[in-house]
Amino acid sequence: MGKKRSTFLFSVLCFGMAFLYVPMIFLIIYSFNYSKIVAVWGGWSLRWYAELFRSQEIWDALVLSLKIALMNATFATLLGTLAGLALVRFGRFKGRTLFTGMITAPLVMPEVITGLSLLLLFITLGDLIGWPGERGITTITIAHITFSMAYVAVIIQSRLAGMAQDLEEAAMDLGGKPFRVLVDITLPLLAPGMVSGWLLSFTLSLDDLVIASFVSGPGANTLPMLIYSRVRLGLKPDINALATIIIVVVAVGVIAAGYLMLRQQKQRERDMQMAATDTVKVTA
Amino acid sequence: MSSILSAYAAQLQHRAQSGWRSIVVFVPYIWLFVFFLAPFLIVLKISLAESLIASPPFSPLFEWTEEGVLTLQLVFDNYSYLWEDDLYVKTYLNSIKISTISTMLCLILGYPIAYAIVRSSPTTKNILLMMIILPFWTSFLLRVYAWMGLLADQGTINSFLVWLGVIDAPIRMMYSEFAVYVGIVYTYVPFMILPLYANMEKLDITLHEAAADLGARPVTTFLTITLPLTSPGILAGSLLVFIPATGEFVIPDLLGGGNVLMIGRVLYNEFNSNHDWPVAAAVAIVLLFVLVIPMMIYQHVQSRESEG
Repeated sequence: MGKKRSTFLFSVLCFGMAFLYVPMIFLIIYSFNYSKIVAVWGGWSLRWYAELFRSQEIWDALVLSLKIALMNATFATLLGTLAGLALVRFGRFKGRTLFTGMITAPLVMPEVITGLSLLLLFITLGDLIGWPGERGITTITIAHITFSMAYVAVIIQSRLAGMAQDLEEAAMDLGGKPFRVLVDITLPLLAPGMVSGWLLSFTLSLDDLVIASFVSGPGANTLPMLIYSRVRLGLKPDINALATIIIVVVAVGVIAAGYLMLRQQKQRERDMQMAATDTVKVTA
Repeated sequence: MSSILSAYAAQLQHRAQSGWRSIVVFVPYIWLFVFFLAPFLIVLKISLAESLIASPPFSPLFEWTEEGVLTLQLVFDNYSYLWEDDLYVKTYLNSIKISTISTMLCLILGYPIAYAIVRSSPTTKNILLMMIILPFWTSFLLRVYAWMGLLADQGTINSFLVWLGVIDAPIRMMYSEFAVYVGIVYTYVPFMILPLYANMEKLDITLHEAAADLGARPVTTFLTITLPLTSPGILAGSLLVFIPATGEFVIPDLLGGGNVLMIGRVLYNEFNSNHDWPVAAAVAIVLLFVLVIPMMIYQHVQSRESEG
C-alpha cells in the first residue's frame, strides 16, 4: 500500500518538475541556434548573444527597468514594513478593516484592473493639478510601489506574527520607550523579512508588463514592454538569448541564497547543540 | 495566545498615544488610499460617463449649468451596452470557465506535488522547494514565451512528433484554448503548491498513521482525514490561481490569440486600440464585481491565517 502511494507521488513529482523545467531548457538550447528561424536547428552559435549586446534599445530598456526596480524595492520595503507593523503590533485602530483590505487586494487584483485604474488616476490628476505632466519612469515606479508594498506587508506581517514577543516585552518592562524598542529590538529582528521583501519587490517590478504598459507614456519602454512588443508576432532568437541570461542570473542568485540560508541554519543547529552539551557539562 | 497578544497590543497602544505611531499607520494608509482606492472611484466615475471623441474621451460627470447649479450626470449606457452585446457576456463566461478549469488542473497537479514535498527528507525538501520557487523569480513573460517555442506549428513538440513518425503534419496547438490552459497551469501551479505545502507542513502526519493502524484503506484515510485537514490550503491556493487567471492578459494574448475570448484581453484592447474609455472602465467594474466575492473569501482566509 505504502509503496504504491510512494511510486505515484514520485512520478507526479517528476512530471511536475519536468513540466516546470523542460520549456526553459528548450528556450536555452534554442538561444544557441545559428538559424534565424528559432525552431529550425542551424548549428551551435553565439550569434544572437552578440546581436543582443549590440542592441542599444535593449540596453536602454534594461537600464530603465533596473532604475525603476531599485527605487520601487526601496520605497516598497519602507512602506510595506510600516504597514506590516501597523497591522500586527497596533491592535485595533480606526479604519483597520479598510487598511487590511487595501493590503490584501493588490495581491490578487487582476493586473488589467490595477493598470487601468492607475492610468485613469494619473490622467485625472494631470488635468486637475498638472501632475504628473508626463507619464514614464515616475508613474511606473508609483504603480509598482503600490502593489509591491502589499507583498512586503504580508511578509513582515507573517514574520511578526511568528516572532516571539519576549524580547520586546522584556525591553518594555525594563523601561524602554516604545519607539526605542521598535528601533533597537523589533526592526533588527525584522531585517531578514525586509531583505526578502526588498528582493521580491525588485523582481516583481522587473517582471511587470501589464501595469507598466498602462501607466507608461511615449518613449518609456521597460524591458518587459520591449520583449512583449518583439515576441507578440512570433519567436525571436535574440529574445531567447536574453531569456537565457536572465534565467542563469536568477538561478545562480536563488541557489546561492538557498545555500547560504541552509548553511546558516546548520550553523545555528550546531551552536545550539554545543550550547546544550556545555550546559550538560556544567550541570554535571 | 491571541489574548496575550491583544493585551500586549493594548499596552503598546497606551504607552504610545501619538507621534511616531500615527506616522507608522498613516504613511502607508495614505499611499494606498491615493494610489489604490481612489483610482477605483475614478474608474467607477468614468464608467458612468458618455464616451466622446475628445481628450479625455468621456463626458464630465459633474457639470455647472449656466445657472450655477451643479448637476450630476450618470449614464448607464456603457453597462447596458455590455449586457446587450453578446460578445461581452460570452467573454466573461468564457474567462470564468477557463480559469475554473485551470484552477482544477493546478489542484490535481499541485496537490500530489505538495504532498510529496512534505513527505521527503529535510534536504530533499529544501531542494524541491527551491525548484518550485525558482521559476517564480524568472520572468513571467519569458516563461509564456517559452511555450510559444514548444507549441508552434514548427515548434519543438510538433517537430519531435513528426520526426518520430507519430504524425505526418503538425498539429495546431498555438492560438487555441488548449495553449491557454497549458500557459495558465504552467505559470500558476507554484501559487497552488506553496499554500498547500504550508498547510500540509503544519498537519499532523501521525493522524494518517493512526488511521492506517486502525485498518483504514488509503482512499478512506485520504477522504476522511487528509482532504478535510488540507481544505484551508486548497481554498487559499485555488483562490490565488482563480482570481488572477480570470483577468489574465498576457497568456491569452500570446498563446490564445484572437481565437480565445478572455476578458483581460478585451479590456486591454478596448482601452488601447479602440480608445473607448467608458466602456473599458465598465468592463473593469463588472470584472471587479465578478471577482469581489472570491477576493473577500481570500482576505478572510488570509486574516485567519495571520491570526493563527
